[in-house]
Amino acid sequence: MRNVWVIAKREFVGYFNTALAFVFVVIFVALTSAFAFYVGNMFGRGQADLAPFFQYHPWLYLMLVPAIAMRLWAEERKSGTIELLMTLPIAPWQAILGKYLAAWAFIGVALVLTFPIWITVNVLGNPDNGVIFASYIGSFLMAGAYLAIGSFVSALTKNQVIAFIVSALICFLFIMAGLNLVLGFMREWAPAFIVSGLESMSFLSHFQLITKGVISLPTLIFYLSLIAFFLFANTLAIEQKKAE
Amino acid sequence: MTELINTHGLIKRFGDITAVNGISLTVQRGEVLGFLGPNGAGKSTTMKMITGFLAPDAGSVTVGGVDMASDPMRAKRSIGYLPEGAPAYGDMTGRSFLKFIAEIRGFDGADRDRKVDAVRDRTGLAGVMDQRVETLSKGYKRRVGLAQAILHDPEVLILDEPTDGLDPNQKYHVRTLIEEMAAHKAIVVSTHILEEVEAVCSRAVIIDRGRVVADGTAEELQRRLPYHNAVAVTVAADATGPALAAMKSVAGVRGVEEVSSANGHALLRALSADTGEIIGDVAAALRDKSISVNQIYVERGRLDDVFREITTSDGGSAADRSTSGGANA
Repeated sequence: MRNVWVIAKREFVGYFNTALAFVFVVIFVALTSAFAFYVGNMFGRGQADLAPFFQYHPWLYLMLVPAIAMRLWAEERKSGTIELLMTLPIAPWQAILGKYLAAWAFIGVALVLTFPIWITVNVLGNPDNGVIFASYIGSFLMAGAYLAIGSFVSALTKNQVIAFIVSALICFLFIMAGLNLVLGFMREWAPAFIVSGLESMSFLSHFQLITKGVISLPTLIFYLSLIAFFLFANTLAIEQKKAE
Repeated sequence: MTELINTHGLIKRFGDITAVNGISLTVQRGEVLGFLGPNGAGKSTTMKMITGFLAPDAGSVTVGGVDMASDPMRAKRSIGYLPEGAPAYGDMTGRSFLKFIAEIRGFDGADRDRKVDAVRDRTGLAGVMDQRVETLSKGYKRRVGLAQAILHDPEVLILDEPTDGLDPNQKYHVRTLIEEMAAHKAIVVSTHILEEVEAVCSRAVIIDRGRVVADGTAEELQRRLPYHNAVAVTVAADATGPALAAMKSVAGVRGVEEVSSANGHALLRALSADTGEIIGDVAAALRDKSISVNQIYVERGRLDDVFREITTSDGGSAADRSTSGGANA
């Protein structure tokens, strides 16, 4: 674990060495809040909760998380530092986990910095803070799942633009799996277990459950196993692709 | 002597291309191995397999007695590696980068800082430690790469083109550093610059198309050339005939030739029959005939020529070598 920690620390500090951290955090906070107020009509609906705020997270993450994930491995491969990293006495999984955790923690920081909106609803009314807390956890878990997908895709290419687009696309499919548009179409012909299986694979269905204040075991298992799966795939991809 | 690097029958294929085709090498402690070869010969690929970055398709690598395939973590601990182009995290300062490497290598706290300071002084980075690596000049970047490779004082040092693109002073500095460390380590240096092999390497291996085509000291390699230990003599142009005759009469001289003549002087060459020393006898023969000599020196046979001779030894290169062939005829 020591190696994971050393890698994670380097990566995390690395975000703040460049303007990237500042730009990302500002855009993250601005977009999540703007969507809550303007699109979600947070004030107009006259309820003291953060549902309009969290409602747009799955869609915003579609852009924001791949933007963080795309450089994770593509940049290492392009600059050749992967050769340095992989000849140090560390196991590939340690490097992958370390870099992943640093990126996840960084997104966590951005998420925490949206706290003024939480203060706002508490000043204006009496929201259910338990639900808000659960929603934050859910949002963070979902970001982790997006990030694991993005990290995996980033290991497959040296090109950050391709990494961005492909991981956004895969995440999009994981969202779409829970939309009625898709599920309704599937119900026409597919057996029920496939439809419910598909629905249970959706970021959206799990996230909507959490934002109602329910952190259920299947949801936790879903996100964590998805993360584990893509990080494992990430390890395989690095082994295969590192030298190209 | 302890054998620190041992590769046996290394093979690596990329698609249809066999980049490395059965390379077996051993490097002892105290040896500096010059790793030569044309671009694309498989030098870097071999080094990547020795350092555990690439897994060979066949064959084995043992570093410091540890098998790379079965215990990579332990094997990698005894290696310092400077990859080609000296990659480093550009957004970090030299200091934080070296601290990171030290931590990964298992040093903490004061121990870590001591290691970083020691390697900073050793590689002459003192003035630029707090500058971001990407803003450094090429020479300093290379020094940062070298610093991370030697930070943990490894037994095995693999340097892929450590002096490529450096100015003469920087090259000198890197070579001095290698010489200082040579006694206690097994060092492999890949390079294009053949003078470097003579300057720092105790042994040279030339590879071409993924195979070892020559292995020996610089001296041994030079002996392969037809005009190794040949004697070049400059005389007045009108003494050309007698001088050639005198040189030809010496035992141990395989042949004589007139290389060029200009400004009333002729450059002549006597080729040694068994590439042994003939300069003494040639000088004596010329003195006996009272031929006045402007210049006389031994041609060592440049490593460049050995390199070209060996690595272009078949296919399409006959024209390149026709000059030396013609001279022998």
